[in-house]
Amino acid sequence: MTILEFEKPLYEIQEKIQELKQISESSGMDVTEQIETFEKQANEYKKELYANLTPAQRLQIARHSDRPTFLDYVKLMTTDFIELHGDREGCDDRAIIGGIAKIDGQSVIIIGTQKGKTTKENLVYNFGMPQPQGYRKALRLFYHANKFNLPIVTLIDTPGAYPGMKAEETAQGTAIAENLREMAKLNVPIIAVITGEGCSGGALGLAVADKVFMLEHSYYTVISPEGCASILWRDASKADVAAQALKITSEDLLELEIIDGIVKEPLGGAHCDYEMIGNELKSTILKSIKELKNIKPEKLKNDRYNKFRRMGVFCQ
Amino acid sequence: MTVKDWFEQRKEMQIARRAKETQIDDSIGKLWVKCYNCNSQLLKKEVEENLDVCPKCNYHFRINARTRINQLFDEGTFEELFGNITTADPLNFVDTEPYKKRITQAKAKTNMNEAVISGVGKIDGNEVAAAVMDFEFMGGSMGSVVGEKVTLAMEEALKRKIPMIAVTASGGARMQESILSLMQMAKTSCAVARLNEAGLLYITVLTEPTFGGVTASFATLGDIIIAEQDARIGFAGRRVIEQTIRQSLPADFQTANYLMKYGQIDMISSRAELKSTISKLINLHKN
Repeated sequence: MTILEFEKPLYEIQEKIQELKQISESSGMDVTEQIETFEKQANEYKKELYANLTPAQRLQIARHSDRPTFLDYVKLMTTDFIELHGDREGCDDRAIIGGIAKIDGQSVIIIGTQKGKTTKENLVYNFGMPQPQGYRKALRLFYHANKFNLPIVTLIDTPGAYPGMKAEETAQGTAIAENLREMAKLNVPIIAVITGEGCSGGALGLAVADKVFMLEHSYYTVISPEGCASILWRDASKADVAAQALKITSEDLLELEIIDGIVKEPLGGAHCDYEMIGNELKSTILKSIKELKNIKPEKLKNDRYNKFRRMGVFCQ
Repeated sequence: MTVKDWFEQRKEMQIARRAKETQIDDSIGKLWVKCYNCNSQLLKKEVEENLDVCPKCNYHFRINARTRINQLFDEGTFEELFGNITTADPLNFVDTEPYKKRITQAKAKTNMNEAVISGVGKIDGNEVAAAVMDFEFMGGSMGSVVGEKVTLAMEEALKRKIPMIAVTASGGARMQESILSLMQMAKTSCAVARLNEAGLLYITVLTEPTFGGVTASFATLGDIIIAEQDARIGFAGRRVIEQTIRQSLPADFQTANYLMKYGQIDMISSRAELKSTISKLINLHKN
């Protein structure tokens, strides 16, 4: 497992405890009491460490290479997943994956951005940065859900839509814009979850939903802190300061009334316990589907409109 | 006088002469402008009379929202609405300068209170709702106020059952409002969905420059998308793309002509023909 810089002291303590255990075993000395005390202290330290993370440290957890990906969540939460490929216009973007599956007996269309855990995988998934064709594939699947009256679940973990030459030539901006507009017209419940990075229009392109959740250590922002720092501070090394200023944490967004709830992560982050985060996420999604399922389409759409309509702060 | 003194004196005279030359240049600057495209020195008055288009090379200069409104609407018909909505600083954002200070400076510089003017007016007698953006106000960036005023203009179109025109000029989202500015993309696009469902004509005019969050929301959602001549339009900025793909881009990348070639816009219009084009389109869509 990759250990983050700020976690090093914690792992050093844990290593020392392990060493102590080995010594006591080989020498026959009874140090159970000392070990217990140390473990208790280590636990306290761990709790305190993760309760007081800076936005920049949480950013590292959100981007952790072991963090569960879309396909991990599909495995953890759903049964009978069948992937539905392609945009029907010449492309099957791998940065956005979608399909049909069951969550606890409820059929859903589930769509998400996919990241890799290794460089090799990331080259396949383009580091979770979709092309316009990815958004168009998602849109095709939104219409599919609408046609068969299936709830839509989107899981988002992207550093942003891909800024490339071909992406511009095939209208990245238009692809995202059309998703925003068309999601407003859908008659079925939509639940969006930011699971890792929720960066800019690339994330929003899958997130015009009735319920929007964030995983505890995920972030959601108009621009990456690095991008913001290099534009506003003209200094990319000011990313930590930008991360603070941009108010990107799940708690910030709940307070700003942008999201509907936070999905609690295991201590240390989602990568520390796949089972637990899978269950937490699954129960959050199921609860929302239950709440939204029986709302008449007209009201559902109206509520969705009003949800985004009231966002923004200004003087009058 | 020593030789050294003579040189000193000469130097001082030169400095004095140069100072005088710059003074003359300054007074010229008020009457003359230089075209960025063809480098011609042009009489400012002549350029203004030509709709801020270079009379020599036909290059379209950027114009502000008020000038645009004057060019587009029948004289005296434009009524500004929602002008009382002004910027807050919900995140108390400070980068190298506080957001509040940037807003104050932008207001002083542009004599506008935000980067968009919304309202209703007539184009060759046709009543339309409109939102016209102003690039001079913080790069036309879209924060809460821009999103709200664009949405309100669309809702006004819905209320009055009239066409909606959006004229865009923007570098993208207003970073100082972070997630709130991102949500303006959703808000404005949801409002376009309502225009669609009501069957109302929505025309967008993309002008130099239109980028980022504005491109990825209401700008590219027009039933008809017109790009003004010489506009550059895109999602990601040229430099970001070059850094990502590590190769240089063609000179005409993201120009109106380039977008036309790739099927992203319905047409390119010169500034001189813009009003009549819009007016024709409105008339043609009448049933």
